[in-house]
Amino acid sequence: MNRVREFIEHAGWPRIIIGLFLLSLFIIAPFVGVRVDVSISDTLVRFGMNGVMVLAMVPMVISGCGLNFGLPLGIIAGLLGAVTSIEIGVKGIPGVLTAMAVAIPIAVVLGWGYGLLLNRVKGSEMMIATYVGFSSVAFMCIMWLVLPFRSPNMVWGYAGKGLRTTIAVEGYWHQAISDIGSFQIGEFFYVPTGMFLFFALLCTFMWFFMRTRTGTAMATVGSNPEYARASGVNIDRMRTTSVILSTVLGAIGIIVYEQSFGFIQLYMGPFYMAFPAVSAVLIGGASVHKATIVNVIVGTILFQGILTMTPSVINSMIQTDMSEVIRIIVSNGMILYALTRVLKVKL
Amino acid sequence: MNRKYDYFKHLLVQNAVPIVFLAVSAFAIPISQFSGTYLVQEMLVRLSRNSFLVLSLLIPILAGMGLNFGMVLGAMAGQIGLIFITDWNIVGVHGMLLAAIISTPLAILLGWMCGLILNRAKGREMVTSFILGFFMNGVYQLVVLYGFGSVVPVTNPKMVLSRGFGIRNVTNLEGIRKCLDNLLPVSVAGVDIPVATFLVIAFFCLFVVWFRKTKLGQDMRAVGQDMDVARDAGIPVERTRLISIIISTVLACYGQIIFLQNIGTMNTYNSHEQAGMFAIASLLVGGASVSRASIFNVFLGVVLFHLMLVVSPMAGKYLIGEAQLGEYFRVFVSYGIISLALVLHAWRRQKEKDRARRSLRGIQAE
Repeated sequence: MNRVREFIEHAGWPRIIIGLFLLSLFIIAPFVGVRVDVSISDTLVRFGMNGVMVLAMVPMVISGCGLNFGLPLGIIAGLLGAVTSIEIGVKGIPGVLTAMAVAIPIAVVLGWGYGLLLNRVKGSEMMIATYVGFSSVAFMCIMWLVLPFRSPNMVWGYAGKGLRTTIAVEGYWHQAISDIGSFQIGEFFYVPTGMFLFFALLCTFMWFFMRTRTGTAMATVGSNPEYARASGVNIDRMRTTSVILSTVLGAIGIIVYEQSFGFIQLYMGPFYMAFPAVSAVLIGGASVHKATIVNVIVGTILFQGILTMTPSVINSMIQTDMSEVIRIIVSNGMILYALTRVLKVKL
Repeated sequence: MNRKYDYFKHLLVQNAVPIVFLAVSAFAIPISQFSGTYLVQEMLVRLSRNSFLVLSLLIPILAGMGLNFGMVLGAMAGQIGLIFITDWNIVGVHGMLLAAIISTPLAILLGWMCGLILNRAKGREMVTSFILGFFMNGVYQLVVLYGFGSVVPVTNPKMVLSRGFGIRNVTNLEGIRKCLDNLLPVSVAGVDIPVATFLVIAFFCLFVVWFRKTKLGQDMRAVGQDMDVARDAGIPVERTRLISIIISTVLACYGQIIFLQNIGTMNTYNSHEQAGMFAIASLLVGGASVSRASIFNVFLGVVLFHLMLVVSPMAGKYLIGEAQLGEYFRVFVSYGIISLALVLHAWRRQKEKDRARRSLRGIQAE
């Protein structure tokens, strides 16, 4: 009994409820005519697609900047890289690499500015991050119309300028990363090995980074700024570094997402993209002040699992699509829970 | 000389946002080629339509809880009231009053819940109320899209989706359309003035002025200044904050009813979302900050913000030849202005904190 209680306390009620909910969905699935192998495969693909963007939450949480609601800023850098790579017309893996090569410097610059901004508004980072994300997306809406992209695959046909709302990457680098060593079992079960390898690579990098001098200093800034100051750590610089890292991961994340999804979504597309990533890391057990790579992996699987399973299972059960409503309630409820959780000091 | 310059600079910084808006509008109005009468009419309509919603934000600011993004909860309550009266086909001012009566208990309940949650998230009320708005949007959809017509009886088949339950995307409020605006019709030089609506708004302004002077209003101000000091002085901090949010939510609910009676149709699943963002942007454009807002800010803000909303698409069209660009521009402006105001406020607060710390160290503060 004690061990059960300990486990519940360790994992937290919301995570257990969501885990059980997901488990029950998988159990019900075969009885309502939903193929489990398709569902698992879909969950795996979605996990790979979103993993990097969820990972992007970690550096800022660790350095005490809170949840990165400003993720759209990184996404914008990634989108710029992606459209540039298509404009040049590079195909396959080099295409993805070009996209990243363009996106990362942009993300560094944007992240640096964003970091400087957040250093001036300590204590209300999250609210401001949300609005920085929103306004940068709105600003880019103007830019997508104005920027001089000319590739006929991307611009509006009749005007000859202004990027389309969705751009297909088919024929350029569709599934370029996913297909590295990917395999298919049976008719429906597809495993995007490349995407997992790439995600694992970034996670390992993150794990090592947290154990370097800079990483440790960053964690100190997050957990105890006064102590960090006393030990001679430059707080503002650490915070800026974490924001840059977060933004760069966001940029890479969206490129991974697009190459698997097959489309680049511009204009209002990235508007709400921060929220699923934020709630995924929270479902994984992170809080506003603490996040680990395990949180990222567990959270992404749980969250994406629910997103995959609810439409198919609930649809077959009650003949109505409630998935959108469930998604809104689960993801925002999770964020709400994290924001209102009173920190308990363990004795 | 230097002092005068300093004072001028201070004034400029304090009112940076309205000044920028005035300048941009002054530039954009001639380009948009709108006539003066049209703009005056449009501004009057929008003042009557939006002021009440914006006014509902004032009381939480007084209590130091920042911008109440949770006002969308009130808007949702108002919309549920409107769905009921449309279903029962009760028209005119009676219908509006009934909608208000139905939605008041709901708004109180939602406000109470919002207040409880915000009391658990002191110091980050804004982001919490913002997410709470999203969360309740999901619950609202669950109730209206699945509950209405199946659990809650709806008699009018025109309002229900073809599958038998759930309210349609657009609810027609023809029955109460402009009923308050046209209650006391006055027209000056071809410009219609919705006198009755303005009377309601004026009455409410008086309420705010009176409320600030009451014991409760003073308590709120004290809580807004410093929670710990207020608690030591014997003010029940949690309760005061709770009441301020409840009042705000109930008023936002009435504000949404007034707003929708003017529009005449309701986007069942979107109207409330826009209500929050536009109200907050308007208030900030009027020169209010997260911790300080007056009635004057409300009216100035509504006029300036909506002037921009009306003018910018046309200005964009004539200037660059693309109305779409103006449309995006106005989205950018509404979000940009909120970010700017939030950043300026947080920045100022941090500077004050730094200054306080410096003075503790014994170095003379600048």
